[in-house]
Amino acid sequence: MIQVKKLNKWFGKLHVLKDVDISVKEKEVVVIIGASGSGKSTLLRCINFLERAQKGQIFIEGKEVKPKGKDLHLIRQDVGMVFQHFNLFPHKTVLQNVIEGPTQVKKMPMSQAKELGHELLKKVGLEDKANSYPSMISGGQKQRVAIARALAMQPKVLLFDEPTSALDPELVGEVLVVMDDLAKEGMTMVVVTHEMWFAKEAADRVIYMDAGRIIEEGTPEKIFSKPENERTQAFLKQIL
Amino acid sequence: MIDIPWDFTVIPSYFPRFYGAAWLTLQITVLGILLGLVLGLITALMRISRSKIIQGPALFYIWIIRGTPLLLQLFIIYFGLVEFVDIPRLTSAVIGLGVHNGAYMAEIFRGAIQSIDRGQKEAAYSLGMTKTKAMRRIILPQAFKRSVPPLGNQFIIALKDSSLASAVSVRELLLTARQIGSSTMMMLEMFVVVGVYYLLMTSVLTVLVGKLEKRLKVSDRRS
Repeated sequence: MIQVKKLNKWFGKLHVLKDVDISVKEKEVVVIIGASGSGKSTLLRCINFLERAQKGQIFIEGKEVKPKGKDLHLIRQDVGMVFQHFNLFPHKTVLQNVIEGPTQVKKMPMSQAKELGHELLKKVGLEDKANSYPSMISGGQKQRVAIARALAMQPKVLLFDEPTSALDPELVGEVLVVMDDLAKEGMTMVVVTHEMWFAKEAADRVIYMDAGRIIEEGTPEKIFSKPENERTQAFLKQIL
Repeated sequence: MIDIPWDFTVIPSYFPRFYGAAWLTLQITVLGILLGLVLGLITALMRISRSKIIQGPALFYIWIIRGTPLLLQLFIIYFGLVEFVDIPRLTSAVIGLGVHNGAYMAEIFRGAIQSIDRGQKEAAYSLGMTKTKAMRRIILPQAFKRSVPPLGNQFIIALKDSSLASAVSVRELLLTARQIGSSTMMMLEMFVVVGVYYLLMTSVLTVLVGKLEKRLKVSDRRS
């Protein structure tokens, strides 16, 4: 599904990604963990070309994506993204947020898009908020709308960039439950998170990153119960 | 004139004589603002382009217009360009005011566009939107909303600046006041009359902009 080969990214002189290789198979849920500044969000943003890596290759469904290509927006239609700060469109209602993609990008007829929108809102438990504006709902609800918005494009893979980091603790659960459901339905997902519960529960594979490198990867059981690398051990000791 | 005492009691009776002039002032202002909005938006979009070739003309335009007086710009259009093309007075006043305001509005729009959170653009891109679509559907609607207060301010400036059209013989409020004033020897009285006109018009404009601002606020706040 996604293959990243020898990706290198610099912000000025700062080398944030160093020869990163990852691959994500269809229906796989990959969770990336690591301390702040380890490059995990940047990696995610590079996959979606919100950041341009200076070196390396990214393949989506076997085809190499050129960062200069004019059809980046076509690639992004298949790669959904959920952001830390939700980034809902404040001038649109919840339903309008969800159907913006299908109607504007996919040219789906309005009635069909609305049907899809309501269906997705129901799925994330926010049917009754369809006509509210983002400013009127809680953070957890916003993030669930953002997930519905990303799903509305029927992407082949969903990227989550610390989806619960900006939420009050009591709102984290409702978002993780939605994500867990998606994982169980067979959605291909790459999730950057600090929520170890989610990693243990939903991940097929956990990747630990530090200082721009992938240090260790494996099944959640392996990473959480017997990590091999001492940096992984130290990190997990800190947060568990 | 020196010997004639001021007589403010005549003021009310002279109000109707300025209807036509007030209408002209309003026309110059509204048309000038509309032209300014169009030029401003185009210039703002050019200004934020990454291409230096597109940015260049926008920067040049803003530099020239903001760096020279409006009165001079009006003279250049009215007396200068008349050598090449025959521009009617009213049109030259509208062009002058529009081109002048366009430069200021460009900076208002640019500021508003750049104040929109980067995440908005990223969210639009992540849905597969092109740059143009993201700008049109997501960034500009929010930026317009944020431009309303500074634009309102600029509209008021434009309304008052329309008085400079008197210098290119457009018979708007100020020129009419001078003409009636000198023929009736009641200069100051007529200036008070047009002063009241301007004050009325700017007040109405302020209220309208305030109402618009309030209506647009409904869905605002960051999300």
